[in-house]
Amino acid sequence: MGDVKLLGTWPSPFSYRVIWALKLKGIPYEYIEQDLLNKSPLLLQSNPVHKKIPVLIHGGKPIAESIIILQYIEEKWPQNPLLPSDPHEKAVARFWVKFADEKSLSIWKVFRFSGEEQEKGLKESLEMLEIIEEHAPGLGQKKFFGGDKIGMVDLALGLVAHWMGAIEEVTGVQIMEAGKFPRLEAWMKNFKEDPVIKENLPELKDMLAALKRRREIHLASK
Amino acid sequence: MEQVTVLGSWPSPYAYRVLWALELKGVEYEYVEEDLLNKSDMLLKYNPILKKIPVLIHAGKPIVESPVIIEYIEETWPQNPLLPQDPYEKAMARFWTKFCDDKGLAFTLFFIGVGEEQQKAAKEVREALKTIEEKALGEKKFLGGDEIGMADLAWGVLATSLGVIEQIVGMTIFDAESFPRLHRWAQNFREHPVISKNLPELEKLLVNYTRKREMYLDTKIA
Repeated sequence: MGDVKLLGTWPSPFSYRVIWALKLKGIPYEYIEQDLLNKSPLLLQSNPVHKKIPVLIHGGKPIAESIIILQYIEEKWPQNPLLPSDPHEKAVARFWVKFADEKSLSIWKVFRFSGEEQEKGLKESLEMLEIIEEHAPGLGQKKFFGGDKIGMVDLALGLVAHWMGAIEEVTGVQIMEAGKFPRLEAWMKNFKEDPVIKENLPELKDMLAALKRRREIHLASK
Repeated sequence: MEQVTVLGSWPSPYAYRVLWALELKGVEYEYVEEDLLNKSDMLLKYNPILKKIPVLIHAGKPIVESPVIIEYIEETWPQNPLLPQDPYEKAMARFWTKFCDDKGLAFTLFFIGVGEEQQKAAKEVREALKTIEEKALGEKKFLGGDEIGMADLAWGVLATSLGVIEQIVGMTIFDAESFPRLHRWAQNFREHPVISKNLPELEKLLVNYTRKREMYLDTKIA
């Protein structure tokens, strides 16, 4: 059963989704940091289609795409489940995972671009936050989207809990006005205080430094 | 058995995936055609967030987003499985399904784009077809192996609407010479006893898509 490797890059939130899942389920693994400007033969071999991280390699077999990796981990190691067992509740969770996965990319647009593209990203990010605040089931009533325990929806939205604030600081663009999204804010606090998550978050000051450098490169490349 | 209803809009490929899944499993359902320019109360009630089709309603509870719907159908009606049992093979089926969904924009731009934008999209679609033929299909009859699986349902567009779109835009990208195995796959897909009874009529598709392309081009010029 052993031999689990994770190819990731720091401080990618997509890498962290997988790290959190492995840690929450108590699965030992070897983490191999990747240099995306100089991709390793292992990465190119393991994800020839997209050449991206994260990639989970289990028993020599690679799986790519963070949400697909999470579903694999869930099925292979059923302890501390990340999805509900009831089929309809599971479907609702999968919807929110997909929604979070697709829409949270808008936050990256705020980071990656400036001007019109950045404004578009900001507008989309706000729409996403509004929809989650208003419609996400359990939010405000339970500690996490997954209920009393962290689930896959929480992991998919991890970017909002920790990375969004750093992006706001580095770009000077406010995405989430304080007080406007009370239920989401409460969730963000619960998520970051969970003992497993807390121990597995990139250090804010290191992340700010790395993001600042990256943003300078993005803006310069225009 | 509890009532199963599908809200769809002809000839949506996403709706077809859901219908094929139900037909392959012999699940009885009621189909409701939606007018997307005049959305019904039912659609707005069951998909208030995205207001899109397809929607599956089972015992009064809605499930939205075709990949989420397919997973739900697979778990609720396990006969004639659309996913392999092995978690790794399951991950691969999900990977190739997502790969198709990720190419949605490229397919759309090939269809309604003009000039350089369309050329770029055509190139991207061709590269995707190459990847599917070489890496996903290989020597198998279907992407799912000997039987149709989830990934086949997603790529079913190649067997149904792509030919019509090529005709309308006057550009062939899915030619038999470049993609012999994929062409054979498309034929096997179309001739499958269940799929063959649930294919969109090509003449109707031609009329529908011609009108759609004209509409898009008009709004661009306007």
